[in-house]
Order: sequence, then C-alpha cells, then structure tokens
Amino acid sequence: MKIKQSIAISESGYIFNPSTGESFSINQTGVEIFNLLKEEKTFEEISSIVIKKFNTDKDTFEKDYNDFTGLLKQHQIVELENGK
Amino acid sequence: MGNKTYTIAVTGLNAIDSPGPGIAVIRCLRESTTMDIRIIGLAYESLEPGIYMHNLVDKTYQIPYPGAGAESLLSRLEYIHQKENLDVIIPNFDAELFPFIKLEPKLKKMGISTFLPTETQFEERHKINLPEFGRKYNIPVPHSKAIYSVAEIPGLINEFSYPMVAKGKYYDAEIVQSPEQMFTCFNKINTKWGLPVIIQQFIKGAEYNSTGLGDGKGNIISAFPMRKQYITDKGKAWGGISIDDEEILKLTHHFIHSTKWRGGFELELIKDFSNSFYLLEINPRMPAWIYLSVGVGQNIPEALVKLALSKKVEPFKTFKVGKMFVRYSYELIVDVDEFHKISTNGEL
Repeated sequence: MKIKQSIAISESGYIFNPSTGESFSINQTGVEIFNLLKEEKTFEEISSIVIKKFNTDKDTFEKDYNDFTGLLKQHQIVELENGK
Repeated sequence: MGNKTYTIAVTGLNAIDSPGPGIAVIRCLRESTTMDIRIIGLAYESLEPGIYMHNLVDKTYQIPYPGAGAESLLSRLEYIHQKENLDVIIPNFDAELFPFIKLEPKLKKMGISTFLPTETQFEERHKINLPEFGRKYNIPVPHSKAIYSVAEIPGLINEFSYPMVAKGKYYDAEIVQSPEQMFTCFNKINTKWGLPVIIQQFIKGAEYNSTGLGDGKGNIISAFPMRKQYITDKGKAWGGISIDDEEILKLTHHFIHSTKWRGGFELELIKDFSNSFYLLEINPRMPAWIYLSVGVGQNIPEALVKLALSKKVEPFKTFKVGKMFVRYSYELIVDVDEFHKISTNGEL
C-alpha cells in the first residue's frame, strides 16, 4: 500500500488531499502509521514498530490497521494497484 | 505599470448573499501589477452594494434591464462612453450577455472592447441545449429536458426518477422529491424566469467547479478547479478550496479546446459515488468566486482585459493548490444623499 505522493500531513495529524479538496484529522497512532506507510514500510515492519511503541497486541493492531487503511482507500489517499 | 490608464466598465455590482461576480472581478483588476485602471460600475438597481464601494468603483451609472432591449442599452452606453471614454466592458450576468454579444461590433466601432463568447457558443451551452452539447463534445451530462407545461409533469417518470432538479432558464435550481412538489416548483420558476423549466436528473455527490479563460482559438489561457466546502441554502459556495484534480482539469481543458471558448466561464460539476464527473451547467462568464484566481496566481479578469485589448497574453502554466476562500458580508454605511443621487440622476 502506497500513500499518494501529493498527500500532505501536518505534525498535528491534519491530512489534506489536493485532488479532492478533502481534509481529515487523525490521532497520534494514525500519524505514526501514516508516516510509516509513506516510508513504504511493510505490514510486518509497521506492526512490530507500533506494537512496541503503543504497547498493544498483534490482534488489536491488525484489526485497527485494517480499519485505518480501509478509510485511507475509501478517501483515495492511497494509490490503487493501477496507479490511480 | 504603463502610462495609460484603462477605463473598464463592470456589471454585477450586487455583492449580496448570492452575489453577482462584479465586485470580485473589480478586486482582481485592482490587483493588476501591469495596468493602471479606472473602474466604472454599471448597475441595474440603486441598492447594489458596489455602487457605494468607492474604494473599488470610481463612478457608477445605472443601465436599463436587458428586457428593455439592445438599442436602449446601446443608447445608455453611448452616453456613458461620451463621459468616461470606456476602453473595455465586462458584463457579468447571464441574462445581459446576449444583448452585449449582439452589440459587440457596434461597441467595437465606438472604441469599446469586450471579450465575450460567440453567439453560437452562448446558445449551445445553454441549459436547454446541454444534452446536445454533451453529445457533440463528448462530455458526460445528466439526462435533462425542457418542459413547457404542467401537463408534462406526470410523464417525467418515464424518463427520470425522483429526486429531480428543476431549473429556471437563467437562474434558480431546486431539488424536487415528488410530482406534487414539481407542480409547485414549476409554477414558482415559471413566474420568476418564464418558460421553459429545465428538468435534470439529480445526481448525489460532491460539488466541484472549475473556472478558466479561453482565447477563442482553442488555447487555454487559464484553468483551475475548486471544491465547494460550504454551500448556502441557495446552492452558492460560501467557502471553497483550489484543488488539482486531474479529471476536472482534463475536462476543463477539453471544454476550452473543443469549443474554442472565448472569454471567461465556470463549469459546475458533480462527482458521483463511482468517482465519475458529470457536467451540470456551463456559466458563460466568470463566477462570483473569481477572486480566488488571484489567490492561486492566475488573475483571470486581468488576462481577459488584455485579450479584449488585443494584447499578448501568456497562458498560465501553474496554480497554487490548497488556497481557500471564505466569503463574508458586512454593512456599508451610506449617506442618504448618495442613494438619492443614484436613484434620481442614475449616476454616482
């Protein structure tokens, strides 16, 4: 999963999508995952970093990760496989 | 700046809650870094706020309503020209564009330039002709139809499904949920704007607009998209943001290029749940939010004036994304003498 290059995020977790004009606010955990996705880290890498940092378990992380990335897809923040 | 001061007449001074574009156009012209300008306001009503904005408008004259006919307008413009020596006129209302297009050659002879769409462009983009326009230029538009009688309302369900949008030929649009509501709406629009009433299939989605400027030869001088962030009960954008949606830009470029559009314009678009864009309307003049063009770095009114004066205009290549506008209203305090002057003398 790749975050679109044009998507910007502020330190406080404010995301602006310049294509659609939509903006979102995400929490600190979201910012962490968003930035790791932007660095093109794999699911396993992200999982290990977030579980350690936020003191959570693998099942909870996986569920929350899928919810979060589902929202990113829905709002066209990540590139789909055809590059769009 | 150059030595010559250009005198530019602008209509649409009704900077009310659903504003005409005039004041926004003037604000753009006032920010020109390449031209010295003097602004002559052209108003229909004595309470159009722009008449009293002396920091923006140097002098205002009342002009007759478009219904009075082109000759009546011409005679008034001759009087104003005699006093002010106009270089350019920028009309900003849909309803007045037709007489101004008709008068273009006569105005040119008088030494007044305009930069308007051609009569063919003006007619074929009309709401009534939008389906044909979509087919001709391969642009997706919602199904629509012009109706002339309430007797046609029951049959609409054979072609459309509720909700539908009922529109006046120049202005007004209302979402209609049932045949009963359509009867009321038809009569309301007919009383205000006359026939036909245009019925358009309602499409649920996010509203987008684009504005731009074509040189009349198929070249794109300016184009950029905007997403409405806050919409008033009249469907007007109270807040908006410049975006870089490639689909909208492609569609806007295609529109300018294929129609060889001459002048400013606004495209009203909607994106449905499958991310497909539909063109809802083409406004053949600059929008009321045109001041955003200065914000994004493409001063469209300034470029339009230069085109009208046959000056060379380099097409804008980039624009700033994420520039927002938030509209506001405030009260001007006006001396009653000023109101009397414009009401009785027709000039201020």
